[in-house]
Amino acid sequence: MPSVLILGAGSDMAMAIAREYASHQYDIQLAARSGNALVPLQQDLQIRYNVTASVHDFDAAAFDTHAAFFASLPAVPDITICVFGYLGDQEKAQRDWSEAARIIHTNYTGAVSILNIVAEAYAQRGSGLIAGISSVAGERGRMSNYIYGSAKAGFTAYLSGLRNRLFHAGVHVISIQPGFVNTRMTQHLTLPPLLTAQPEAVAKAVYNGIRKKKNVLYVKWHWKYIMLIIRNIPEGIFKKLKL
Amino acid sequence: MQKRLANWGNYPAIASEETSFTQEDQLRTFVSNHKDLIARGNGRCYGDASLGKYSISMLRYDKILQFDTANGILETQAGVTLDQILDIIVPKGWFLPITPGTKFITVGGAVASDVHGKNHHVDGAFSNHIIDMDVITGDGNTITCAPDKNPDLFWATCGGMGLTGVVTRVKFDLKKIETAYIKQTQIKAKNLEDVIRLFEEYKHYTYSMAWIDCLKKGDAFGRSILIVGEHAKPEELTAKQRQAPLTLPAKRKLTVPFNLPSFILNTLTVKIFNWLYYNKNLKREINNVVPYEPFFYPLDAILHWNRGYGKAGFVQYQFVLPLEHKDGLVKILQRISDKGWGSFLAVLKVFGNQDSLISFPMEGYTLALDFPVRKGLFDFLDELDEIVLQYGGRLYLSKDARMKQEVFWKSYPNAEKFAAIVKQYNHNNTFTSLQSERLALTK
Repeated sequence: MPSVLILGAGSDMAMAIAREYASHQYDIQLAARSGNALVPLQQDLQIRYNVTASVHDFDAAAFDTHAAFFASLPAVPDITICVFGYLGDQEKAQRDWSEAARIIHTNYTGAVSILNIVAEAYAQRGSGLIAGISSVAGERGRMSNYIYGSAKAGFTAYLSGLRNRLFHAGVHVISIQPGFVNTRMTQHLTLPPLLTAQPEAVAKAVYNGIRKKKNVLYVKWHWKYIMLIIRNIPEGIFKKLKL
Repeated sequence: MQKRLANWGNYPAIASEETSFTQEDQLRTFVSNHKDLIARGNGRCYGDASLGKYSISMLRYDKILQFDTANGILETQAGVTLDQILDIIVPKGWFLPITPGTKFITVGGAVASDVHGKNHHVDGAFSNHIIDMDVITGDGNTITCAPDKNPDLFWATCGGMGLTGVVTRVKFDLKKIETAYIKQTQIKAKNLEDVIRLFEEYKHYTYSMAWIDCLKKGDAFGRSILIVGEHAKPEELTAKQRQAPLTLPAKRKLTVPFNLPSFILNTLTVKIFNWLYYNKNLKREINNVVPYEPFFYPLDAILHWNRGYGKAGFVQYQFVLPLEHKDGLVKILQRISDKGWGSFLAVLKVFGNQDSLISFPMEGYTLALDFPVRKGLFDFLDELDEIVLQYGGRLYLSKDARMKQEVFWKSYPNAEKFAAIVKQYNHNNTFTSLQSERLALTK
């Protein structure tokens, strides 16, 4: 059976992606900081979909453990999906370096560290697929979340470069921009319903986007155009807005 | 996030701060730091039981933890809905031990309402099938309970409307089946006398209930269709069905896309509907084999059917009267039929005996019917409550949105005992709902 590795499997979005892949008869490798906390999901996938699921401890910020983690997987996964992220508290991060560092390491450096290792393995093998969940917040820095946004901007640029490089090695890379998603990470925010996706809808879009080998995927099409407008507002005007 | 929440009856609606979680420790921390919480499943209770200032959405806590296919035991997190469970267990030859008339409820909701089904007279309520369960109580601790382990918490949680804490994990037994089909018999009953006699005659059937026309007067007062059934055996299926006896043919779902104007449901349309429903069965008795879905969940085929009652919403009135008080049933039905406010068909069923602390069922007749919310409705229902009280009956809390508190305290014989146990586990009113405040069960 084909297999998929889900990095950051504890989030609502990751759980939905795991179920989507399991429903298409993929074996699932679940990785998160506490592998133990994923056991219920592991059981659930095995009982509902009759696939093999495994759980693994993975800490995005513990860079030096990443190579050993990847080597310890039961099989080199056919697909690696990098889902983990940390929204953090923008105001706190402006003053408190530990919060800023956590945002940057979770969303950017940690992702680069593990995906470098995956990319090497896939490039050598000449096959594989990497998907990264980035964010529309990375398309232009805004006062309300520019530390998160800048880390995601770095991740988006990384994925774009990786796609360029690995294309020549027969490996595909897809960048996913979910827009607003109704999850625990965003439950304290009031989100516009039309622009907000359910985790299950994101999971379906991710599955289909990967199957069709899209390059950049906006889960809700509106976002593509919203971001087009936001990117094109002249800086002189943009800086005066309170976004 | 602030959300407008209402349960299935669309009455009442409130603004509530909703939170969700996927890990038990997240919920424990939340419970320890908040007050005025109430757990909420899929919002299929009808009234105000799972509405509160803060609601804990259980829907993301939905993992199947263990399925013993040899012995028919299922262990799940409380946010899994019954429809998901059926998709998993039916192909393996198992069925829910108890199911209410919709499969879109969570396991936690099944516990909190201690739901009953068409087989109550044979298999009891959901609590009868629980092996053990976990409840996060007001201090944020998880307590495992079962009939023989922390029994006070167990019995106050079954039917306790979420007031002892948040049910997080439930292990329960399943029913063995050989096919996904039901062998059903429908018998037309000319009037109330007739249907009550038929219930007695057919009581050895596992499943039974009756659709009753509440608008009919005179000789045909209480005319009904009694529907009884058993899980079908492979030899009762057609050759085609027998090829995959545990798989149902795929069916399309209908939906009511928006609230219909409330004038659509009036005495005339309901009378026409009831006439069609009663007369569609040309013969007195019909025997056939049907998939389990239309047998157990006829209304689930129309998603959002509650919108048919319009924006003002509706209340479902469900009461039970002791077996010896058939006259009470006649009296209430007469009031309903004179008023002409009830809608569509009502459901009549005979409950078996049940020993419980606070659950709704008791041996007797239970009738459930919908009333669109309108001026004067609550006064009318208060009058019906008086008759229910007079005959020693009670109302189902999962349907209730308007009962006066004295009606509850007078009609549930263990109310005091229940409230005392709630107090013990629900530290400082951690858990409150609109219903618990209305009925003075908390605060």
